[in-house]
Amino acid sequence: MALTPGAPTGRPASGPASAGSKLTVQSAGTPEIPENTILTKADAVVNWCRKYSLWPMPFATACCGIELMAVGASRFDIARFGAEVMRFSPRQCDLMIVAGRVVMKMMPVLQRIWLQMPEPKWCISMGACASTGGIFDTYAVVQGIDRFIPVDVYIPGCPPRPEQILRALIDMQGKIQKGGSLFGTGLPEMDERQKFLAEKAGARAGGAIASERGDEDRYGYRLPGGPARLGLEETR
Amino acid sequence: MSTTSSSAIATDPHAATLATLAKVFGEGVFTTSRLHDNLRIFVPRARLLDVLTTLKDQCGFRLLAELGGTDYLGYPGRTRARFEVHYVLRNLDTSEVLIVKAGVDDPDPSLPSVMPLWPGADWMEREVFDMFGIRFGGHPDLRRILMPEEFVAYPLRKDYPLRGRGERHNFPRLSREES
Repeated sequence: MALTPGAPTGRPASGPASAGSKLTVQSAGTPEIPENTILTKADAVVNWCRKYSLWPMPFATACCGIELMAVGASRFDIARFGAEVMRFSPRQCDLMIVAGRVVMKMMPVLQRIWLQMPEPKWCISMGACASTGGIFDTYAVVQGIDRFIPVDVYIPGCPPRPEQILRALIDMQGKIQKGGSLFGTGLPEMDERQKFLAEKAGARAGGAIASERGDEDRYGYRLPGGPARLGLEETR
Repeated sequence: MSTTSSSAIATDPHAATLATLAKVFGEGVFTTSRLHDNLRIFVPRARLLDVLTTLKDQCGFRLLAELGGTDYLGYPGRTRARFEVHYVLRNLDTSEVLIVKAGVDDPDPSLPSVMPLWPGADWMEREVFDMFGIRFGGHPDLRRILMPEEFVAYPLRKDYPLRGRGERHNFPRLSREES
């Protein structure tokens, strides 16, 4: 990790600059691997362990929850993919499955549960309602939980077939294997942190920026009637 | 009328109730209308509690089956008050169903609470208050029941937009880095 691109490594330091030194650095080259030995990275091993023992937190608020129960039962059997340990305490889970519509009275609860889950954690938005609000485009229903909490995998459908949930779990495993490291770094989402901080620095004291309120136009989805611009006073 | 009263009682299930109401209140207090099998009684809000008390004590309507509100803003041909609260009463002995309606108008629509008569009106009146902003005087605990406490509007009023005024999107956004 401490290597810099410009540093001359991997070849003998036998130039004129190091003529006085007797130290000779040899390239590692291709090491000789003993028989029955596997070389890999610790990150890959840890991610491999993580992805096959996901503990889901079922946040089921509507009919999608019934399909989620079917996936947990014997016919579809989510245990084949190592995610059968459904816990109803967020402290013990690392995968939140939001199944069903989330109303504005439920959103603070959802956020609190998400914050209570220990790192590393992931989120699946299951069904049309959790992903976009579905047919419930009314004053009380949040139009997609990804406005307010991070989501890794979306499942379309109303409600989705159990096979789709298994597919989403496999996608989730692929994402866990690729992304991240032992310390949670290296995720592409980490770049958003810098953008977030830069924008936040320009906001007035105590004021929220648009991405914090979640009302900006994301992914080309435009709010009916334009983005809400309610400040602290209007929402009191 | 007196010659046909016995046959009218046999055919009209509401005849006895109407006779009792006419005896107690006389003319001019309430008006009635019928739709299919339903008998609706329109009462001015000043006499609402009197009529409901009479119906419960003298006509045997011991069950308040339903209590709800309606906003008739912009309703075609509407000449009465903007809001209407209806009480669906049921006589458990004769299975008679009666609908009592009371109109109430802006500003500050308010009605007397019927919780002294039927304690089951508690949550139903709270719901009407939550959705329409109609206040029930004498209700011991008139709070919102469905919408969050900090909600300021009355969402089932016709002048409230279906998609709200942005309340559903006023939450802090948790990003991956912060959580």
